Amino acid sequence: MSVSAEKKRRGGFFKREFGDPERRTAYYMVMPAVLIIFIVAFFPIMYAMVLSLTDSTVVQTGPFVGAANYVEMFQNPDFLEGLTNTAIFTVVSVTLEFLIGLGIALAINQAFKGRGLVRAAILVPWAFPTVISAVMWRLMFQDQVGVINYVVNTLGIISQPILSDRVLLLIAAIGVDVWKTTPFMALLLLAGLQTISADVYEAARVDGANILQRFFRITLPLLKGTILVAVLFRTLDSYRIFDLFWAMSNRELESLSTFVYKSVRVSQLLFAQGNAASVFIFVTSFLLALFFIYGLGMQTSTEE
Amino acid sequence: MASATASKGGKGNLSAVLFYVFLTIFVLVSMFPLIWIFKMSIITRSELFQSPPTLLPTSPTGVSYGTILGDSAFQQALINSVIISGVTTVICLFFGSIAAYAIARLRFGFKGIIMTLILAISFFPGVAIIAPLFIQFSAFGIIDTLASVIITDVVFALPLTVWLLVAFFRELPRDLEEAAKVDGATTIQAFRKVIVPLAAPGVFTTAILTFIFAWNEFLFATTFLLTPDTQPVTVVIPNFASQYTTDYGAQAAAAVVVTVPLVIMVLIFQRRIVSGLTAGAVKG
Repeated sequence: MSVSAEKKRRGGFFKREFGDPERRTAYYMVMPAVLIIFIVAFFPIMYAMVLSLTDSTVVQTGPFVGAANYVEMFQNPDFLEGLTNTAIFTVVSVTLEFLIGLGIALAINQAFKGRGLVRAAILVPWAFPTVISAVMWRLMFQDQVGVINYVVNTLGIISQPILSDRVLLLIAAIGVDVWKTTPFMALLLLAGLQTISADVYEAARVDGANILQRFFRITLPLLKGTILVAVLFRTLDSYRIFDLFWAMSNRELESLSTFVYKSVRVSQLLFAQGNAASVFIFVTSFLLALFFIYGLGMQTSTEE
Repeated sequence: MASATASKGGKGNLSAVLFYVFLTIFVLVSMFPLIWIFKMSIITRSELFQSPPTLLPTSPTGVSYGTILGDSAFQQALINSVIISGVTTVICLFFGSIAAYAIARLRFGFKGIIMTLILAISFFPGVAIIAPLFIQFSAFGIIDTLASVIITDVVFALPLTVWLLVAFFRELPRDLEEAAKVDGATTIQAFRKVIVPLAAPGVFTTAILTFIFAWNEFLFATTFLLTPDTQPVTVVIPNFASQYTTDYGAQAAAAVVVTVPLVIMVLIFQRRIVSGLTAGAVKG
């Protein structure tokens, strides 16, 4: 195609897009939402990238220092502890939530008495503010009045107080997250299961497929889209975990997000490193999403 | 369907029993913390420290609720939470519904890109921008005002709002707006006079979910709000652990007070909420 023809085609495109009154109205209508997203999310992340390459404090932008903040960040034991905890937390809790959630979804994918009660049991943990559920569970893990602490001590499983041991705290945090979000996972997977027609199963049954074959050959492939969406959402949610760790542990349990928060808001001495960690979280989240979309073939189409 | 519990014949009874045992365990586990914390909030201090713990309250009392509801900081926090969530919901629905209408109904070239951009926010780690936003909000003088948190909450709730409203708008019949346009209504009038009233149930569902989102938000609130005058309940309650050090009953009562309204709302509107939550995921 010649350059002038290309120009003409592009010109035609813009003329059609912005010349037509209906299309112009459409742009006016989406403009406020797009603008506020740009101003409050995309501009700040670019600003964070700039700050992460300088020796800045919260009150003053400093000189350009290249990747020094990133190098220091990767040598900072607090950051590394946050990274390890976040990785363990994300992998273990999302895996458990997916497996248990799928089990629940398969079990309740039928007509039975008491559906309303089950739906309520699914929605109640979901509706809790995460910090409040952390506070509630902390009261139950507490060593003087906590019922869970009492039970595990009495059974002889654990002798030390749960809330003063970092490994136990991480396990407890995973438990609370599984409690809070497994029902939600089950709800999404159940909605996916309900779109699979019963005829497919009937046909497979007639052809002699047993229950395992039906699960692996029909249920899982047809549910793949829903599974990927649910697991991606949960993965990115767990990956930026902040409130649960912060409120359950008296601020001792480190995650990537608590590292950022402590660096830029609490001490402010590590402001530049905190920005490097911010950019690290942003970029790795983005890569995770890309992996789900391109690596695992998640459908993102929003077409009608 | 595919599960063993639906099978007929001799095994039917046993599997039905197992199924209901499983359901009972599931319901108990999800409800347990709320029930237990409620119990902790209505018992006396001496019963609270009793070992082994009592299963049922022996002498219920409202002392903890008196403590917490009489705490002026807690009252202020409740008011702040209501304002933040309410204003966020209204603003989000306003911008969200006009954008969603354009995406659901009108034809334009950059629709895919714009939808992707809005949805990308739901993958966006909010913690990554707290430092730059803190600097910018300080420059604008809105640190420690409710406006700072409302602005960030609106942006992070928008994908949810837009996504749900697009799904609801698409379900409405096109004929009525077409008729309105034939009668001379503009696109905006067709939206305001025809679509908005028709979509009221969907808009209402979206409003509930947006409100819950803003009510539960913690990170931005704890970053931008520095004094008890502006902080919402999610920021104030975790601090009770140091304020009411061993008054665990008061801490439990505070948790119950901010959770029960949500639980009641969820129980009343459960069908709507389920349809809203699953609207996007299934279409994938």
